[in-house]
Amino acid sequence: MSDHDASCSGGCTRRTVMKAAGATLGAAAFAKAIAPLTEWKPAESVDAFLQKHYKELSEAEMAVIITRLEAEAKAQHGVAVHITDPKPEEGVQFAYALNLSVCIGCRRCAEACHVENNHDRASHNSYIRVFEMEQGSLDLAKGSASYDHPVPQPGKYYMPVQCHHCDNAPCTKVCPVEATWKEKDGIVVVDYNWCIGCRYCEAACPYHARRFNWQKPEIPAAEITTEQGYLSNRVRPQGVMEKCTFCLHRTRSGRLPACLEACPTGARVFGNLADPASEIRWVLENKRVFILKEDLGTRPRFFYFFSK
Amino acid sequence: MASSPARSATARARRWPVAASAGCVLLIALLALAAAEPPLATPVAPAGGSASAGATRAPHPTIYRTPAAAPRVATGERDHQGQPVTIACSTCHAVRPANPANRGSGDLDLFHQGLLVQHGSNACLSCHNPGDYDRLRLADGSAVEFTEVMTLCAQCHGPQWRDYQRGAHGGMAGFWDQQRGGRVRNTCTSCHDPHAPKYRGAIPMPPPKDRFVAPGAGHE
Repeated sequence: MSDHDASCSGGCTRRTVMKAAGATLGAAAFAKAIAPLTEWKPAESVDAFLQKHYKELSEAEMAVIITRLEAEAKAQHGVAVHITDPKPEEGVQFAYALNLSVCIGCRRCAEACHVENNHDRASHNSYIRVFEMEQGSLDLAKGSASYDHPVPQPGKYYMPVQCHHCDNAPCTKVCPVEATWKEKDGIVVVDYNWCIGCRYCEAACPYHARRFNWQKPEIPAAEITTEQGYLSNRVRPQGVMEKCTFCLHRTRSGRLPACLEACPTGARVFGNLADPASEIRWVLENKRVFILKEDLGTRPRFFYFFSK
Repeated sequence: MASSPARSATARARRWPVAASAGCVLLIALLALAAAEPPLATPVAPAGGSASAGATRAPHPTIYRTPAAAPRVATGERDHQGQPVTIACSTCHAVRPANPANRGSGDLDLFHQGLLVQHGSNACLSCHNPGDYDRLRLADGSAVEFTEVMTLCAQCHGPQWRDYQRGAHGGMAGFWDQQRGGRVRNTCTSCHDPHAPKYRGAIPMPPPKDRFVAPGAGHE
């Protein structure tokens, strides 16, 4: 049998032909399967690939990373951005409250978020999703987030939903690589360079508050918000999770979040829970307040209230 | 200048307690002044906002978008420089006696035709001052400037005024922590038309195009 295989001098057997055809097909399939690799270009630099977890970075290492990110932004977008890494402050516990009595569902907050946080323009992404709800119902599944008609409509109310920055956050527990966690001032953040994009956190969040970068966000250079935070609104890489950060690049230096400033009806109240004289404390102590999906025990830092 | 060094030294010694006591008096006076200083000249006291309870510095100011002055009525004419000619309310109203029976634009036959008035059972003179049309009138009959319009609105809209003072109505821009920066706030008439104050609706910004709100448009 071996002499037949060696040269097929006396005519090939059927078995040999089948073997050769199988081997050829297999090789072709393998070549086709790895073809994308030949076109593969590293999406990030070697430095970015080898970067440590956010919590392990020293100040000097962070300074180097920020310099690199600013240079990359300049090279990719032609924009001089300024990236900072503000830390949580002592005596500050952030919380947010939203007045459902006056929200008219105009989506100005979502638009401000879209611009402030350098979201992908094509998908019109935003960390805020405004639901048009039937009056008397709290069932988000029956709400519509795609309404496109003048607001407010009779018989409806409007409920913007964004990250609730839960004290008992399900999203941070499911992350297999600890790329998301809750900071000392209550803000839940993502280390974009540590995230592996498994989207477990997106599935775990009962508020649908997390977003995935299916593509590298594309923004015209002139529209990029140049004041950026390392953990917040810098332009994210492809394939990582992102979420509302209470605009920590603004709020950790005392400013109000972009969505609050954009609200034309004054439905949004933001402040420091640890300050007894703050607006947020007054609302929580004096208004009818509820939290969304309270039965899940997530203990959100985001509250809904009514005027009366 | 013939005085001996010894004599000037004794004079200095004698002057020292006087200067010291004067300094003390000045210090006490300054402290008293600081304590008696009113919290703010604006109509609303800030509702906290300090980063920590131990903050002692005065907060940054809140700027209110109050009307700059009494409104002026456009005549439709332009002057020789192309600027629109506007007139004060009192230009006409000074020579026309007020008619308390007028309740809205429908009762008028000359001016303000078509003005939408949907403000409860209020009549013109509920807020406008028949004695001086360049100012408004409170319920007790006293005049109030257009710039102080919030005082007028607050007479009836107590809950809104209370919420506004506590930062839970009317919105704001600037800093949550007024130890670090100021704020800009609306007045009532920034958002509400005083003649028809129900907040107008809006055309919403376009919805996002993600897989939750547009099935089939995105991934999955």
